[in-house]
Amino acid sequence: MEQSVYIAGVGVISGIGTNVAGHLAAFERGEAGMADITLFDSIHQHDRPVAEVKLTDEELIARTGLSTHNSRTALLSLVSAKEAVADAGIPGFNELRTGFVSANTVGGMDKSEEFFVDFLADNSKGKLRNVFDHECGSMTEIVADQLGISDFMTTISTACSSSANAIFYGARLIKNDILDVVVAGGADALTKFTLNGFNTLMILDKDLCKPFDEHREGLNLGEGAGYVVLVSEQVAKTLKKPVYCKLSGYNNSNDAYHQTASSPDGTGSYLAMKKALKKSGLKPSDIDYINLHGTGTPNNDSAEGTAVKRLFQPDFPPMSSTKSFTGHTLGASGGVEAVFSVLAIKHGIIYPNLRFKTQMHEVPFEPETKFQKGKHIKHVMSNSFGFGGNCTSLIFSAV
Amino acid sequence: MKVYIRSSACISAQRTFGTGDILTDIVEYNSTRLPAIEPDYKEFIDPKQIRRMSHVIKMGVAAAKECLNNGDVEMPGAIITGTAFGCMEDTVTFLTRIIEQEEELLPPTAFIQSTHNTVAAQVALMLKCHAYNSTFVHKGISFESALFDAVMLLQEQEADNILVGGTEEMVDTSFTVLTRLGFYRRKPVSNLSLFATPEKGTIGGEGAGFFLLTDKESPDNLAELTGLTTFYKPTDNQDIERRITAFLQKHSLTVKDIDLVITGKNGDIKNDEIYAWLNASLFKNNVTANYKHLSGEYSVASVFSLWLAANIVKKGIVPDAILEDDVKINAPKKVLLLNHYQNKYYSLMLVSAV
Repeated sequence: MEQSVYIAGVGVISGIGTNVAGHLAAFERGEAGMADITLFDSIHQHDRPVAEVKLTDEELIARTGLSTHNSRTALLSLVSAKEAVADAGIPGFNELRTGFVSANTVGGMDKSEEFFVDFLADNSKGKLRNVFDHECGSMTEIVADQLGISDFMTTISTACSSSANAIFYGARLIKNDILDVVVAGGADALTKFTLNGFNTLMILDKDLCKPFDEHREGLNLGEGAGYVVLVSEQVAKTLKKPVYCKLSGYNNSNDAYHQTASSPDGTGSYLAMKKALKKSGLKPSDIDYINLHGTGTPNNDSAEGTAVKRLFQPDFPPMSSTKSFTGHTLGASGGVEAVFSVLAIKHGIIYPNLRFKTQMHEVPFEPETKFQKGKHIKHVMSNSFGFGGNCTSLIFSAV
Repeated sequence: MKVYIRSSACISAQRTFGTGDILTDIVEYNSTRLPAIEPDYKEFIDPKQIRRMSHVIKMGVAAAKECLNNGDVEMPGAIITGTAFGCMEDTVTFLTRIIEQEEELLPPTAFIQSTHNTVAAQVALMLKCHAYNSTFVHKGISFESALFDAVMLLQEQEADNILVGGTEEMVDTSFTVLTRLGFYRRKPVSNLSLFATPEKGTIGGEGAGFFLLTDKESPDNLAELTGLTTFYKPTDNQDIERRITAFLQKHSLTVKDIDLVITGKNGDIKNDEIYAWLNASLFKNNVTANYKHLSGEYSVASVFSLWLAANIVKKGIVPDAILEDDVKINAPKKVLLLNHYQNKYYSLMLVSAV
């Protein structure tokens, strides 16, 4: 029997809050984080709402204690990873075998964009310090150094499923007795690169997104970071407070249909959910809440909805897309939503799916629209699907 | 459980692809940038798709397919890749257009293909492979991270015939920026005399290589991957020596059991200090070899060394071009690979004959 892996701490930052408490309050108030773009100049400033973290780079630097000018992705990552580590309060952290597994999609792109404007005009120009940490791995390294983690670190980049993969990779490192504690999740800052990228695909809603609504018109981009602290059974016994829950199931399957689009029947999502359930030893009817990938694009929600229908019918658990609050935080979304899933178990929360009006024609269910607290929630499924057909489902279970 | 390398395929600046020979026909470059020798992609990819694909995607997909062919496996049990910079060509193209066209009328293709998981995704798409699919992007240990995951998957009995590889492309922009950052020599140099003139900086390279890993014994397997480890920011030379010894000990070996040590020496004075130190201490009685004068330095250059080691133990031939000293060595059974990236990330791989 392989050992269980527990969640001992959580940390999150996004367009609706800068820590766990802020997020819980925003969910209860039903307050979304989307607004005009302020982080950089763009022709899309007023016509593509985004959920920015409401702190400037300078404020994030002040909060993290980093002295140099780092990518916003590293800053967001550090704020929430630190919150998670502090929350876990693991005795003898420095004596344990610790690891940091983080994810992101565009590394230090925000700084590379600054560099590139000057570089393009003259290849001998552009401040090198702005491009030195372009690599995705640099974000992880900067944060691991600040957390004092050096036994193991790596970075995963599988588009929008990146940090869900980081979390279950972390759990596997513990199950394989390579590490005792893993801080796992991901971060992504909003960049001009991704904004324009998603815009060329014509999948950005000009208004606030409407996930799982028949009349949905696309996603809103967001930014943020979310981390969980995973611990072994051994470490869990030494904690001064109860663990949140355990990671009971996970699976990574590939849709193998198209580089960006999901297959109409959501093959990849179906396989990921089904095999995650199998891993956890649970039945579909055991799931008390699904945190949907639910980007708000016609294609994703239709594919994911069809896969949910196929796997769960006739009885559908409550489900919602918290991207209706945070926007799509890309490489961070799996981490951010893992934190929400863990909190759903701890506080018995069902998150509302904002702005939902009309049921999608292809599915016989509707997402939840009201914030509910104090419910009995034992098992939560969290979906993260991405470009390249990368589909990952995680299942968190109360202990 | 033992981990075997069933097959391999490697595209590099040398003639390593589509040949049964190991570095018999060395290519000399007088440059600080070694381009990969490209195969005829039509053998591996639909011509309609070739036009849309960037350099790294083509290299990656071709190497992956050739590796599967060599291993006589149609459908891998998982696809895992490592890359530090990902799809640079498409990233640079899209970034340039955003700036030059001031965000107007941008075509989506470059963005779509810019994500780091594009190679793993394209391989899955071509094979219609729904299995586990992941991409590791951790600087100089991107490939080792992917390999580590593959070994874990085998140990977990989650999958067999795991296709694992590393890809990196060098485009003009990255070459210019990395040169400005001081990674490469300022003047052209013959790669074959790179080590004769130690200076600041190395020569840049690129490439793609894949391996099929299995836990099933077979006389057809290329080699056994006996061990793999990485470590970060060692405190000093003694710490590195201690970690190498501990790694060997973990596999019930001492340095005396190692027939050949292949290091990541790259011609940069600072980079090579540790190798010189080890050659004079821990490895003083070992035969040592180097490869980066042939492949160039890149974030997943250790792919080249693993390809080299696996084929060396299979064929029992050590190419002269890699030997540090003028010694002949026959049929090595145990090969230790040591690499480091900017003195921060170290990796050790142990390859044994089957």
